[in-house]
Amino acid sequence: MDFELTEEQKMLAESAASFARKTSPVERLRKLRTMPPTEGVEQRHPSVGDPRNWEKAVWRQMAELGWLGLFYPEEVGGLGLRFFDASLVIEKLGTTLVPEPYVASVVLGGWALLKAGDLAQQKRFLGPMIEGETSLALAWQERGARYDAGAVETKATRTAGGWSLSGEKVYVLNGHAADHLVVSARRPDGSLGLFVVDAGAPGLTVTSITTMDSNRAAFVKLDGVELEADRHLEAGDALAAVEWALDLAAAAACAEGLGIARAMTHATVEYIKVRKQFGVAIGTFQVLQHRAVDMFVQTQLLESTSVFACVNADGDDVDARRRTVSVAKARLGVGAKFVSQSAVQLHGGIGITDEHDIGLFFKRMQVLTTLFGDEEFHVRRFAARPGFDTTVGD
Amino acid sequence: MDLSFTAEQEAFRDEVRSFIAGALPPHLAAKAAVDGHFEHHEVMEWHQILFRKGWVAPHWPQEVGGTGWDAARRFIFSEELEKAGVPTLSPFGLSMVGPLIIQFGSEAQKARFLPKILSGEEAWCQGYSEPEAGSDLASLRTTAVDDGKGGFVVNGQKTWTTYGQYADWIFCLVRTNASAKKQAGISFLLIDMKSPGVKAVPMLTTGHTPAFCDTYFDNAVVPQENVVGPVDGGWTMAKALLGHERTLIAAVGTSTRALARVKGIAAQHGLLEDAHWRGRIARLEIELEALRMQNYRALAGAQLGHAPGPESSVLKIRGSEILQQTLELAMDVMGPACMAWFTPDGVLAPQEQWIPSSFNYTRATTIYGGSNEIQRNVIAKWILGLPAQA
Repeated sequence: MDFELTEEQKMLAESAASFARKTSPVERLRKLRTMPPTEGVEQRHPSVGDPRNWEKAVWRQMAELGWLGLFYPEEVGGLGLRFFDASLVIEKLGTTLVPEPYVASVVLGGWALLKAGDLAQQKRFLGPMIEGETSLALAWQERGARYDAGAVETKATRTAGGWSLSGEKVYVLNGHAADHLVVSARRPDGSLGLFVVDAGAPGLTVTSITTMDSNRAAFVKLDGVELEADRHLEAGDALAAVEWALDLAAAAACAEGLGIARAMTHATVEYIKVRKQFGVAIGTFQVLQHRAVDMFVQTQLLESTSVFACVNADGDDVDARRRTVSVAKARLGVGAKFVSQSAVQLHGGIGITDEHDIGLFFKRMQVLTTLFGDEEFHVRRFAARPGFDTTVGD
Repeated sequence: MDLSFTAEQEAFRDEVRSFIAGALPPHLAAKAAVDGHFEHHEVMEWHQILFRKGWVAPHWPQEVGGTGWDAARRFIFSEELEKAGVPTLSPFGLSMVGPLIIQFGSEAQKARFLPKILSGEEAWCQGYSEPEAGSDLASLRTTAVDDGKGGFVVNGQKTWTTYGQYADWIFCLVRTNASAKKQAGISFLLIDMKSPGVKAVPMLTTGHTPAFCDTYFDNAVVPQENVVGPVDGGWTMAKALLGHERTLIAAVGTSTRALARVKGIAAQHGLLEDAHWRGRIARLEIELEALRMQNYRALAGAQLGHAPGPESSVLKIRGSEILQQTLELAMDVMGPACMAWFTPDGVLAPQEQWIPSSFNYTRATTIYGGSNEIQRNVIAKWILGLPAQA
């Protein structure tokens, strides 16, 4: 049992922390986001409303740091490390809400491609992504499917030269900006298939929407999108690949949520040390101290559960993966809400203004609890594990 | 980053398991099977079994009777004891005064007290709290006055003295200097419970066990050589004692066992397939798993020789809360049956019999060992660096 980071891991985490601080402080997200105009209110943080919401130059910088291929095999251009190493980066990027689509592209789209594609397909689509030349998205979710990766009605039918896809996908992360979308669809025999669709393909309609956390996602319509046969990923089971990618993304959400929880707890503790009411710092009041302590306790638990999930997320033991990811993601539902809601409460009125960062963190936390399975979903999955009825902790 | 135990550690776990299975006498095993309340003599019976095996004080240095195990083995040992439901040994000698004597005691004190703590020949209790000194321990009033003949004359009252009625010795914080400031005039004194003027009067807990006493001192004379550490230096002793390893602080094994029992009772009442109940149980199990992971993190730190960090204060808070929630869930799963109180056989299923008593007594876990509110004060001050309270 060893929880110490290696020197390499410490350096990786430190370089990600420094990147977040210097290259992408929270103000950068404010600048890039799209703000619907509100009459009579002066925008104190003018935004450019970048349609992409993130920048290719910064994405390339992340590639140069090696982050985009961190846990991919060397034969496809990666560094051959483990997902846990990436989780250290994800946690730090969370502390300043870096908007680049790390989870959408590297974790979701990339992992589905790796697990379902053959080597030629992996090299073709993962290689350029790892270089920072392209980005990916995983279009798995459909209306009413909630968190069920198997609830797919999009159809894949055979054509003379390959396949034709028709259907609709919702809340596709990075769907508005990705060069390639990895799309799940039901094949004629009823099984699930995965296909790579290029942005701009005839028959593909991408509608970009803003999300609460100042990011973007897409609704994607496929209306007879024609694909060559080599766009069909069939080296691995499609449903297993998508479910695995979602588990990896859920673990990533836990790591990011941990980073945000640390940032919010720190900001809150510092705030109550200096904010004065009744002639004293409000941090002298026991009721506020105990609330801050409980934020700390929750953050500690987020750390422990996130570590277990991130270490198991890319391992071959499916049972351990599902169990640890569900524990961590269900706990994120509890812990992230407690920390973010308490942070706003302890900040008082300023906590619910757009101009204070605490509100941006609050929104991202809420989104993270929803993404890749909410608390209810993961509690249910945990309770469905083999042996639940008779054992505890084995 | 490696989150598993080594093969060697797993083999040790098996060794511990099979030892327990072979060594626990049938009458104790029967009680363990229903998580019944162990009487003092039953606790001491198990104490002596562990003593004969050489496993009674794993956390003591080997030269005074410890096992020489590293933190991981001590952890595994404790976890297996908890999971087996064996009697919990009294911590007052083995985990509290024993380690303090080892650290600060005179050679004469070590020779006099340690062997009998180990063998279980002498049982100990703790004299800290007083009717007017609970969380504010330093306001204690029990006095020890120099009689000019090599002794202290002790007067006052201690309370919540757990199993004081069975103890041979009590370690006390007493005021030896009335003019010194609050913490400065306190000494750490060992008192023979058989001394004239010492009387322990048991009272019932809400769990209907005689688990604690009021202990009275009426001109009890105690030799001055029974002070551990310097006279008037007792507050330092008390703080050092708190720093000693408390491996069971998170009670993960106990909660694991209790939650398995909850599932058994839920199955018996036909509730385990019900989505609502299943969800409630799963939610609590997830909290327990999170605590288990937190505990492993603390263990790994201890294994590297790190002093207990912020993780351990989290363990006390969450460990006690989760154990309470588990017993509360057991009560809820029992439904109307949970009101039955020490009923004749046949009223409750054997696995339910002790739940109402334990549910009540378990409320103590957030109070003793520094109440959870005090724990939060400690974290606020020492970890978060928040200012002194208004």
